[in-house]
Amino acid sequence: MFNQALAGSVPIQGTAVAARWDGLWDFLLGLSAFFFVLVVGAMIYFIIAYRHRPEKKTTYLTGSHLLEAVWIAVPTLLLMIIFGWGYSIYHSMTQAPADAYEVRVIGKQWLWTFQYDNGRTTVNEVFVPLNRPVKFVMTSEDVLHGFYIPNFRIKQDVVPGMYSSIWFQATVPGKHQVFCTEYCGTSHSGMLAKVIVLDDAQWKAWNLNRPIGNVPEVKYSGVEEVSAQSPVASAQGSLAEQGKAVYEKKGCVACHSVDGTTKVGPTHKGLFGSKVELADGRTVVADENYIRNHIENPQSSTVKGFNAVMPTFKGLISETEMNALIAYIKSLK
Amino acid sequence: MAHQATVADGGDNYLNHSKGLMSWLTTLDHKRIGLMYLASVLLFFLVGGIFALLIRLELYKSGTQIIDANTYNRFFTYHGAIMVFLVIIPSIPAALGNFILPIILGAKDVAFPRLNLASYYIFMVGAIFAVAALFLRGADTGWTFYTPYSIRTNTTVILVLTGAFIAGFSSILTGLNFIVTIHKLRAPGLSWSRLPLFCWALYATSIIQVLATPVLAITLLLLMMERIVGIGIFDPKLGGDPILFQHFFWFYSHPAVYIMILPAMGVISEIIPVFSRKPMFGYKAIAYSSFGIALIAFIVWGHHMFVSGQAELANFVFSLLTMFVAVPTGVKVFSWIGTMYKGSMHYYAPMLYVFGFLELFTIGGLTGVFLATLAIDVHLTQTYFVVAHFHYVMVGGTLMSLMAGLHYWFPKMFGKMYSERSAQISFWLILIGFNVTFLPQFVLGAQGMPRRYWDYLPEFTTLNRISTVGSWFIGLGFLYAAVYFYQALRSGKKASANPWNALTLEWQTPSPPPHENFIETPVVTSWPYEYLPENIYMQGNS
Amino acid sequence: MSNGETALQHHHAHHFASADDEFEASKQGMWIFLVTEVLMFGGLFVAYGILRGLYPEMVHEAHKLLAVKMGAINTVVLISSSITMALAVSSTQKGQRSRAIMYLVATILFACCFLVVKYFEYSAKFHHGLLPGAHFVNDELKDPKSPLFFSLYFMMTGLHMIHVLLGMGVIGWVLRRTIRREFGPSFYTPVELVGFYWHFVDLVWIYLFPLLYLVG
Repeated sequence: MFNQALAGSVPIQGTAVAARWDGLWDFLLGLSAFFFVLVVGAMIYFIIAYRHRPEKKTTYLTGSHLLEAVWIAVPTLLLMIIFGWGYSIYHSMTQAPADAYEVRVIGKQWLWTFQYDNGRTTVNEVFVPLNRPVKFVMTSEDVLHGFYIPNFRIKQDVVPGMYSSIWFQATVPGKHQVFCTEYCGTSHSGMLAKVIVLDDAQWKAWNLNRPIGNVPEVKYSGVEEVSAQSPVASAQGSLAEQGKAVYEKKGCVACHSVDGTTKVGPTHKGLFGSKVELADGRTVVADENYIRNHIENPQSSTVKGFNAVMPTFKGLISETEMNALIAYIKSLK
Repeated sequence: MAHQATVADGGDNYLNHSKGLMSWLTTLDHKRIGLMYLASVLLFFLVGGIFALLIRLELYKSGTQIIDANTYNRFFTYHGAIMVFLVIIPSIPAALGNFILPIILGAKDVAFPRLNLASYYIFMVGAIFAVAALFLRGADTGWTFYTPYSIRTNTTVILVLTGAFIAGFSSILTGLNFIVTIHKLRAPGLSWSRLPLFCWALYATSIIQVLATPVLAITLLLLMMERIVGIGIFDPKLGGDPILFQHFFWFYSHPAVYIMILPAMGVISEIIPVFSRKPMFGYKAIAYSSFGIALIAFIVWGHHMFVSGQAELANFVFSLLTMFVAVPTGVKVFSWIGTMYKGSMHYYAPMLYVFGFLELFTIGGLTGVFLATLAIDVHLTQTYFVVAHFHYVMVGGTLMSLMAGLHYWFPKMFGKMYSERSAQISFWLILIGFNVTFLPQFVLGAQGMPRRYWDYLPEFTTLNRISTVGSWFIGLGFLYAAVYFYQALRSGKKASANPWNALTLEWQTPSPPPHENFIETPVVTSWPYEYLPENIYMQGNS
Repeated sequence: MSNGETALQHHHAHHFASADDEFEASKQGMWIFLVTEVLMFGGLFVAYGILRGLYPEMVHEAHKLLAVKMGAINTVVLISSSITMALAVSSTQKGQRSRAIMYLVATILFACCFLVVKYFEYSAKFHHGLLPGAHFVNDELKDPKSPLFFSLYFMMTGLHMIHVLLGMGVIGWVLRRTIRREFGPSFYTPVELVGFYWHFVDLVWIYLFPLLYLVG
């Protein structure tokens, strides 16, 4: 029961290491189920067989060195096997091939920025090639973060002041979920990203800055959905709808709401056209220029009552994206 | 070890020996101090439990339910810090241990009664600091206080740190007191090889308290200085190392896990032979394995840091060493089950809680092996799998055992019997509620849901909902327990000196015990688990 | 009670079989307490070891700004205070009350002397901006990690100084009880235990001095 409930519950295998991981996981589940049944089964059997009955005497036993020794030796042996097996998989998780494609990752409350060798930068989405080793070299601008891709079974803390790394060779194209796993404050649970694994054609297109077409969503809970439309791939829908996609992709949602609730930053509902009181005492009207200026230089116009924690997005948002974004914010009445 | 149990009906006992509030607040009697700890711990348990229920309520669905993210982060911090520092760590040693240890040793009191009372007040001062934070800007660091977040956050972390720092000294002094008590105050004839297993467990626990807690003290002190003057040792902005903080923190906090579980194992070891009417199976194995666990406790802290960025070699060593935790733990489980074999088992509430403990602890222990395994841990750490694992060990282990011990010693403490029927209903509520709450969390973790998440992806909804519903049953179970314990205190049936027909010394004196525990100093003549084949009856609770 | 100098007969607590048992228990308790103290300072020593292992050059440069002479004087002062403390214990055991009082006063005076030297030392550090971590403003030291050395310097010597202050408090308390004739050959547990504690405080300094002031 314990076994079955868990067996189908790990994410899909997005890498070869994930498949090895699942092998050990299954072994551990089977072994645990065996010992659970052994211990709890024995207990339940004894509960029934040796319940108190008048006149039924007990047997005077104070221990058995032989049984204790067996009970020490067998688990020790099993544990050593588990240890060795676990270490061998772990070792291959840490040894990135020398020719791995490198991406630099920066964690900041509460978004992920990715920098590529060709000078491009993306936020909360990282584009990587299929079936090629990829290495992320990661650091943090503020506090600890954790970079975790469940489909690949890998995770690594991202530490300010030093670089840590993680590597994988994805075997399933599509978008894979990334979580921040090291508690980092208010929007910890909103610090999400996607690893977007591109096949050869898409990878070429991406490097040439051309549209890459549809990318399937790889649900980590085991189901694969291929039909989902990618906001990156398709510039479809109204400008405001495109803006909504940018809004989510760039991580605005981590700190701002569109329904009137206050998160780390003020809500964007009804923002456009309203008068905004700033921390330095000025009052400004939230027009296109204010919004654009605030996105690019947030520290220059912090809103009254909020902390100046927003990072600058200068250079991270293209002009077309900016227009879409403003159109979206405008639509939030 | 049989000794006369003089029934001093309506006579002098520790409860009526002196009267008035001041006689309690200034008491040097270990039994009264134990009860004061018990009352305080149960109060904090209520507070920590309410936070737990609120957390689960927020997680009933994705999106905002009842509280925003900042409030949620404070709540899980309060839940963790209160439950760890103010409930589980002091629960069995300071509350039950204080009450039972001297009596079970045949002593009149602990070695240093004044220090014992001081420990209680130190604990309460620490608790007040920690709780004061709730009324100010709170604290949102999690109970682990990881740097640099704990340096940057603008919440009143400093109060919680001060609280934990002060409460730590209470723990150190209690440990010191117990070690000396066990060494110097055993009754005539109570040799080391006749020492009840609860004492062995408390002895091992005390050693950890004495050796590990000072390291926590200095760590918290450094963190306080980090916030007050910016000393920079843990702050990367000033050239410091945040991973060093984790090493310091876990050097205490991993052994602290055994401060929580070892006394629980001691309680289980006392109850099983009594209710099975059989000698303890593998007495020495259980006694020594406590020390085995205490020893290993100090050399495995790095298994909390497999993905922190520590060296691969360190991970290798810590994973290997951690595997050995399972060995002495397995020996204990084996001996407990072995004691039931060919026994004559009576199923009263204390024993039911023992069965509950064994079921939950087995799951907690086995999932611990998953987390000790390097590669497996990389995927599972910092997810709900870890949350479920340590709740199975801490709640399933320590709290079940606390409940077992409370029911077992309740007649001794108050001279009254609780309602057996109510106790059994409450037990089933808690046990079932617990499994419903935490089994789904293993699956959530395996699927990849990270811990400390105020919000989650819609895929995780069903399991979270089941978990939340389970938490209501746990709440209901404990609430019901509070009701019947209260009734028992007011109008419970009178308890005899030894309703369970047990052989340890605390049962050889009236219930409740007289002011100095024994009418005359007991002399021990045999092993505490000498249950002969025909000794199968007990008065019980019916 | 044969000795005329101790007027009060000590009664052991009721839960001990004898005064000897009580003495042994108290001694054991004190030893365990000192173990916890060792572990508390141990945390700082480990942090120091790591810092020195990581940045040996920085530690070497930074330590040159510590006043070795003052540190050395304080070492002598503390060792002397340990000797007077030991003499106070043995005088009490022999029932020589007035001598015990004299030695206890001397111990406290040595401790005061230690604090005065420390005061001048700290003032000089403050004056030169050699402050812990974020407050460091000295430009003599070029290594950006230098503030960390002073963080540890102040943490270690500061925690030690708090122990000196606490020690003075308990010695004062023992002195008061000695003056009140509460100790003698048959009961001197507090004096002896305070002595243990004071030797421990001294010992910590004996480690601190070379590690901080005399880095090779």
